[in-house]
Amino acid sequence: MSYAKALQCRECGREYPLQPTHVCEFCFGPLEVAYDYDAQRKAVSRKSIESGPFSLWRYRDLLPCDADRAVDLNAGFTPLLRARNLGEALGLSQLYVKNDCANPTWSFKDRVVAVASTKALEFGFDTLACASTGNLANSVAAHASRAGVKAYVFVPSNLESGKLVGSAVYGATLVAVDGSYDDVNRLCSELADKYPWAFVNINVRPYYSEGSKTLAYEVAEQLGWRAPDHCIVPMASGSLLTKIGKGLDEMAKLWLIDSVQTKISGAQALGCSPIVTAWQAGTLNIRPVKPNTIAKSLAIGNPADGYYALKVIGDSGGSAVASDDDEIVEGIKLLAESEGIFAETAGGVVIAGLKRLVESGRVDRDELVVAFITGAGLKTQEAVVDKIGRALHITPTVASFEEAIAQRGDAIAGSQGTR
Amino acid sequence: MARQRVKFTFPQELIKEPIIHELGRDFNLITNIRRADVTEDRGWVILELEGELDEIERGVQWVASKGVRVDPVQGDVVQG
Repeated sequence: MSYAKALQCRECGREYPLQPTHVCEFCFGPLEVAYDYDAQRKAVSRKSIESGPFSLWRYRDLLPCDADRAVDLNAGFTPLLRARNLGEALGLSQLYVKNDCANPTWSFKDRVVAVASTKALEFGFDTLACASTGNLANSVAAHASRAGVKAYVFVPSNLESGKLVGSAVYGATLVAVDGSYDDVNRLCSELADKYPWAFVNINVRPYYSEGSKTLAYEVAEQLGWRAPDHCIVPMASGSLLTKIGKGLDEMAKLWLIDSVQTKISGAQALGCSPIVTAWQAGTLNIRPVKPNTIAKSLAIGNPADGYYALKVIGDSGGSAVASDDDEIVEGIKLLAESEGIFAETAGGVVIAGLKRLVESGRVDRDELVVAFITGAGLKTQEAVVDKIGRALHITPTVASFEEAIAQRGDAIAGSQGTR
Repeated sequence: MARQRVKFTFPQELIKEPIIHELGRDFNLITNIRRADVTEDRGWVILELEGELDEIERGVQWVASKGVRVDPVQGDVVQG
């Protein structure tokens, strides 16, 4: 069962009933789900979690919705891989990669949308909606299909047609909006006020964002019920980073792990780095920017949770780092070539950021580090298509093959023995 | 009557301008500030505008034309 007890304003602390609302009526601050931790502590144990399904719903008692009626595509419980090769390349002795490419629509958005859509149905909505350029749209469309409800997905009209396929295939209504990015933001805020839709990151945002906590729960469980020393998290709105902090803190609060000393660092692309810029300036005041980066999934110029992300980074002893587009591509390639994981650009941001943090001494080489890879690279192939090795073209003869390898200047690899 | 919640972000050169006062005076809008953080070199204000919808839209356009960034209070909603 859910132990959510209220929505609480993150600014003034006022509490509200669990309804589809996201802004405090008094100070217009954002609302967050508050739980009855005493009751949770009595109900939840390592054993109860371990007996649950191999999906994010094994943490059902820590989420704000009724899991018995979950909109379930089996999101979550993705692999946590020990990354020895990448660790060696970066100079880290205990590096892990949380591979959230392995979700039903190939990104971590399935976690937040699973919770948001479940809660939306609980509230009686029959329509989901979102504004997105990629991962979120895919996930909302898929979950709506699974739940048998309608979905409206708003996208900027200049979005490449290839990006629409991953949403349209599920039967969602796609709406391409003419206008600037800011125009789309404003329109969707107005639509969310006007229509009785569950706009996943607007009126059900407090529930939606709670889905991100499951990344932290899983990492702690997969490490053998302990918190990592350092997390490297991509930042768009900043919400994911704050929820990883909240997830780890909750696990300690519920006595599932020891006290948390985890440093949480955030990574952005240099072409859209309002949170990192504020961090470097030593201020909690975010100046909105116009995004200009290949990391489109992180291109939020006016991050809703930037302020809170800065606080989590500061309080945890973490850091914030930005990488340029060339570094991001190198990050994607390094992860793929060293560990066999093809991440989208956000993953490149994380690996490039981690490299910078290690080189500048902000990540200790002996720390247990977890890099969060939040989406799969097949969605952003254009970022690397011109920067990777080409196929060797040969005629179907052994001689042609050997000649092509020789022309490349290589010896043909291969031997067999005991490893 | 309509209501709209907005966030104004002021660049340094507009910090001293009484823009919210002029917005209320010239556009027949009630401006109701709920939260703000203003220093000598930058500032933001979260407020509610109340008035006829056309008047709110004209007023917001005027504020933006002065060089103030205008956003929904929940930040960007278009996500990757």
